[in-house]
Amino acid sequence: MGLLNYHFDWSVLWRAPYGQMMIQGIFTTVHLSLIAWGLALVLGILIGVLRTQPWLPGRIFGAAYVQIFRNTPFLVHLFFWYYAAPLILPESGQQWLYDTVPNYAYWAGVAGLGMYTASRVAEQFRSGFSSIPADQYRAAYASGLRTFQVYRWVIIPYGFRLILPTITTEFLTCFKNSALTMTIGVMEITHTAYYIDSFTWHGLETTTAASLVYLTIAWTVIAVMGQVEKRVYIPGQIRKEG
Amino acid sequence: MDVDVIVRNAPFIFGGLYLTAQLAVFAIGGGLVLGILLGAARLSRQPWLYYPVSAYVHFFRGLPLLLVIFWLYFLIPVITGRSLNEFAAAVIAFIVYEAAYFSEIVRAGIQSVSKGQRMAGLSSGLTGVQTLRHVILPQALRTMVPSLVTHSVVIFQDTSLAYVIGLREFLRRVNLVDAREARSLELYLFAGLVYFILCSAGTFTGKRLERKNRERKV
Repeated sequence: MGLLNYHFDWSVLWRAPYGQMMIQGIFTTVHLSLIAWGLALVLGILIGVLRTQPWLPGRIFGAAYVQIFRNTPFLVHLFFWYYAAPLILPESGQQWLYDTVPNYAYWAGVAGLGMYTASRVAEQFRSGFSSIPADQYRAAYASGLRTFQVYRWVIIPYGFRLILPTITTEFLTCFKNSALTMTIGVMEITHTAYYIDSFTWHGLETTTAASLVYLTIAWTVIAVMGQVEKRVYIPGQIRKEG
Repeated sequence: MDVDVIVRNAPFIFGGLYLTAQLAVFAIGGGLVLGILLGAARLSRQPWLYYPVSAYVHFFRGLPLLLVIFWLYFLIPVITGRSLNEFAAAVIAFIVYEAAYFSEIVRAGIQSVSKGQRMAGLSSGLTGVQTLRHVILPQALRTMVPSLVTHSVVIFQDTSLAYVIGLREFLRRVNLVDAREARSLELYLFAGLVYFILCSAGTFTGKRLERKNRERKV
C-alpha cells in the first residue's frame, strides 16, 4: 500500500514561509468572497426587482442577464474580466488601469464572482418576490406608495425573510466559487495549497488543510444562519425543513 | 474585432469540445449512478448506512470542486501507490463530487413519491430494495428529470475546471490560442457564445420537461 510508504510532513502547514502563506491565503479567500458577495447582493436585488416590476424593457434586461450567466461557465467570465475586458479600453486607458490597480487579478476576480453570483441571487429574489401574494403589492400601492417605495419598504424586506435559507446557500456557493480565481493568479487558499506543493511535494497535506478551512467556514455560516432564520422567520409561514 | 482568429483555429478549438463532451458524459453518468445509490442510502433507516453517507454528502457539498480535483489528484497516487493520468483523476473527482449533488435531487425525488406506494409494494411481497427498484424509482425519476437535466448543464460547465490539472478541453484550448494570438476579446466572447448555445439547449429541455410534469399532475 502506498499510504504506508508516503511520508507525511504536516509541518508544511506552519513552517516558514509556508505557514504565513496559508494564513494569507485564508484571508484572501475570506475578503474576496465577502466583497464579491456584497456586490452580488446589491446587483442581485436590483435585477430581481427588474424582473418582477411592470416596466417591460427592465424585465427583458433582467431575464437576459440571468440567462447569459446561467448558461456560461464561471471560468469564462473570469477569463473575460481578466484578459479581455481591459482591451475594450483605448491603449492609454489600459495603461492607466494597470497603473492604478496593481492587483488587477484580484479585482477582476471580485467583479467576475460578484456579477456571476448576482445572477443566481437575482433568481432567488425573483422567486421570493413572486411568491408574495399580489394583495401585498395592491395594499402597498393603495396606501399611496410609488413603485420604488413599494419595493423598498414592503416587498424587499418581506422577500428577504422568505428566501433567507436559499440566500445562505448562494453565499456558500459564492464562497466556494472564489477558489476559481486561482486560475487568473489570485493567491487564495486553494491556489496557495497547490502552490506550496510545487516547492515541497506535500500538496496532500496542504489541500487537506484547505478542505478543513472551507468546511469549518461553511458549517459555521450554516449554524449561524440557522439561528438568524429562526429569529426573522415570518409568523404564519410554514418553515422549510432541512 | 478579428473573427479570422477563430476561423483559423477552429479545428484545434473544437477538438477540445470532444474532450469536454467525454468528461461530461463520464461525470454525469457516473455521478448519477453513485448519486442514486447515495440518495437511496440517505433515506435508509440503517444507521450504519445513513450516517456515513450523510457525512459524505455534507463533506463534498462544503468544498469547492476545484479543491476536490487537486485533493484527489494528490491523494489517489498515495493510496494506490502509482501515478494516475489526468483524465482519470478528473473523471473520479467529478463523479465523487457531483454524486453528492445528484444524491440530494434523488432524495427529494424519492420523498415526493407518496408513502402508500411503498406500502403497496411491500405488502405485495417485494423486499425493500425491490420496492425501491421497481415501484419507487420509476416514479421518482420522472419528477427528478428536470432537476437532473438542469444539474447536468451545471456539470457540463464545470468540466472547464479540468484544465487546472492539464487537460486540454475546450476552454483550455481557447486559452492556449489566446496565449499565441493575443486576441482575448474575440476568443473569450466566442467561448462564451459556444457554451451559451449548448447550455441553453439543455436548460430549455429541462424547462420543457418541468412544464410537462406539471401538466401531467393537473
